[in-house]
Amino acid sequence: MNEMKRENIESTKYDIPPELQGQVEITTIDKIYNWGRRSSIWPLMFGLACCAIEMICTAASRYDFARFGMEVMRPSPRQADLMIVAGTVTKKMIPTIVRLYNQMPEPKYVVAMGACASGGGPFKEGYNVVSGVDRYVPVDVYIAGCPPTPQALIHGLITLQRKIDAQSIKKVRWYRKEPIEAVPIPVLGPDVVDPHQYAIIHEQAKKLHEEAVNQAAETAPAETA
Amino acid sequence: MDEQTAVPFIDVTREVDLAARFPEAVIVDVRKEYEGYIVNRDRLIEVATAIRDELGYDYLSSVTGVDYLPDGVMEVVYHVYKMTGGPGLVFKTQTPRDEAVVPSLVPVYPGADLQEREAWDLLGIRFEGHPDLRRILMWEGFAGYPLRKDWQEAYFEEEGKPFKNRWPDGQVYRIEDKNPYENNVQYPADFIPEEYEPENDALLYDSLKRSIRGRDPELETDVVMVNMGPQHPSTHGVFRIAVALEGEKIVALKPVMGYLHRNHEKIGERNTFLQNMPYTDRLDYLSSLSNNFGYALAVEKLMNVRPPERAEYLRVIMAELTRISNHIFAIGTFLNDLGAYFTPALYAIKERELILDIFEATTGSRMMCNYFRFGGVTRDLPEGIAEKIHRLVYDRLPQKVDELDLYLTNNEIVRSRTEGVGVLTAEQAIAYSAAGPVLRASGVPYDIRRADPYSIYDRFEFDVAVRYHGDTYDRYLIRIDEMRQSLRILQQAIKDLPEGSIQEGKPQYQVRVPAGEAYGRVEGPKGELGYYVISNGKPNPWRYHVRAPSFINLTGYETMCVGNKVADVVAILGSIDIVLGETDR
Repeated sequence: MNEMKRENIESTKYDIPPELQGQVEITTIDKIYNWGRRSSIWPLMFGLACCAIEMICTAASRYDFARFGMEVMRPSPRQADLMIVAGTVTKKMIPTIVRLYNQMPEPKYVVAMGACASGGGPFKEGYNVVSGVDRYVPVDVYIAGCPPTPQALIHGLITLQRKIDAQSIKKVRWYRKEPIEAVPIPVLGPDVVDPHQYAIIHEQAKKLHEEAVNQAAETAPAETA
Repeated sequence: MDEQTAVPFIDVTREVDLAARFPEAVIVDVRKEYEGYIVNRDRLIEVATAIRDELGYDYLSSVTGVDYLPDGVMEVVYHVYKMTGGPGLVFKTQTPRDEAVVPSLVPVYPGADLQEREAWDLLGIRFEGHPDLRRILMWEGFAGYPLRKDWQEAYFEEEGKPFKNRWPDGQVYRIEDKNPYENNVQYPADFIPEEYEPENDALLYDSLKRSIRGRDPELETDVVMVNMGPQHPSTHGVFRIAVALEGEKIVALKPVMGYLHRNHEKIGERNTFLQNMPYTDRLDYLSSLSNNFGYALAVEKLMNVRPPERAEYLRVIMAELTRISNHIFAIGTFLNDLGAYFTPALYAIKERELILDIFEATTGSRMMCNYFRFGGVTRDLPEGIAEKIHRLVYDRLPQKVDELDLYLTNNEIVRSRTEGVGVLTAEQAIAYSAAGPVLRASGVPYDIRRADPYSIYDRFEFDVAVRYHGDTYDRYLIRIDEMRQSLRILQQAIKDLPEGSIQEGKPQYQVRVPAGEAYGRVEGPKGELGYYVISNGKPNPWRYHVRAPSFINLTGYETMCVGNKVADVVAILGSIDIVLGETDR
């Protein structure tokens, strides 16, 4: 019973000098680490399309995301923690986006803002449009809307903060022993080429080739007859 | 007397029959509901020169191609206007589809430069004699010419919407599941990814090197190539500028675009007519209501309907509010580009938000308003909004425009950074087909609302804002002037706003659009925004082209920049005020 006494519970088992008593807070390393990061997220100053305008409005005085510690927008990926993919991702642009993502230091997060960045949106069927940025880089938060209102963007950013709060430095991918591979940069060929897809492209080319041969075989006897 | 006859006299009011002037080379376009002339392509340059010099059509507004697949013909359509005002002239030239070659009109109208490159990129029409015929929106090496009617995208389902397999049973599937790569891609059968060597902008750098001019012969320095963008905070989006520098001086510059090419026209030709309306919002996303206006005008021309009186007024009110919100934002970001980081923009965005509140209350959305319909508008003003507009345009905004003027116009840094920088003379502005504030800041008082009035603009009293130096400073000032004129129009419109219906006939989802062609143009905040629509009587447009002012205003960008310092690239771009959604479409 003696152990349950208040002073025992609150004791740190260390000698705390009297002038510091009542000044020391004890918490877990995760909590304080996450608190520091979630309260000072620096987004990459990087707009793609219509959503970027709403992002600017969110940064402006009426909505003001400085209230959440996010006002320091950095134009350089080397100084940014968060990439807000604000707008339609096109095939011509995706190599640049992947390169920017690779250049960002860890820990890094990606928010897909709006319908286009999340899945292609109204332009999905277009020949130059990527069906969502998550086909190339990992996305943490998706925000619905076309474009999402500033309120929706702030909600998405708060969701990201919650996500950061729940992380543990023991488990996040950037503190593992093995190094993280950079995302391979897509190539602009006859269409955009994802290096992950080489095998499928070969397989498909083989199939197309066989089909062409079969078709030639089918039509050839008809001609002779 | 002899001297006077030597100068060809251009009678601008005279109606000229081009077919009579060139009996062998020109015929009148007699297809039903088509207008203009068809010019033999071998004599195109000769006829175009005559159109410019003898008939006085000195301004090439739009160049675009049309693929008439069933006839095996490609047609290039030119819209030209007189800078003195009045209706335009349309002429076309035809070429076989398999070997589409047309003489380039760049020597006659330099403004055709980027537009011909676009037609080459998307339709595969080769313009012989073009100084720099490279792909512009897609990259070099992309397979095919996407706007050709027989070219199918990777996610192709059917030629036109609504898709039959979805309707009326409502079967829904993910289109990715039908694509062998489970992605929006397709490759030619002989494509081997490991062996492919990308072109890596070699053509761009060649062209940049070729166009170097104005080097100092006494300096022995290397020319340095610098790329700005596509990710650069001052390019207003994903725009790339390749510059060649000698020291700090620009000796050549090439804009590179297409990073936001969202295939507006291809999707537009699959959509039904009304389905395109929300897409036009996303062209120039800062002024969606002006975009609606142009498209509605073009299709209404084909359908031959006019909206009722109240709808006309609502259209004008919305379009002019859009102009103010666009210009105020443009000035804010322009000051950003000059280095006044974000403070002027905060003042500007604050006023813009008040206008967006009106849009949100009326149309349901802050930015993507989707408000116009063929023959009217979707919704009437909700309760209290007319009074709100009234207060805004009579009290608040005039005061705030004066405030911006007071803070910025005589600012020492603004003046020294902008005066005399990026000059475009009146002749150059006309030749390069510059439009809107860029044209008027160069001393050409051309405003479509006056020169070729549409809707009910002929009823309002306003001045065409014009400035004469053609430099970056004047392009800033002209936006302040235009906001004041817009406020004048708004004050008259909100005062006279009549009661009545807002839609001609019954609102309908599937409009019947008779076959024919139409070109509708409005004075958008960025300049002349034109829509060229061809209908063949089916639910989907056969051809749908947007004459985008942000895009065409960039034709003269190199001329404005060469000779200035590299830091001015950003200031000049900010003064042109491009929006990438419209530049790349």
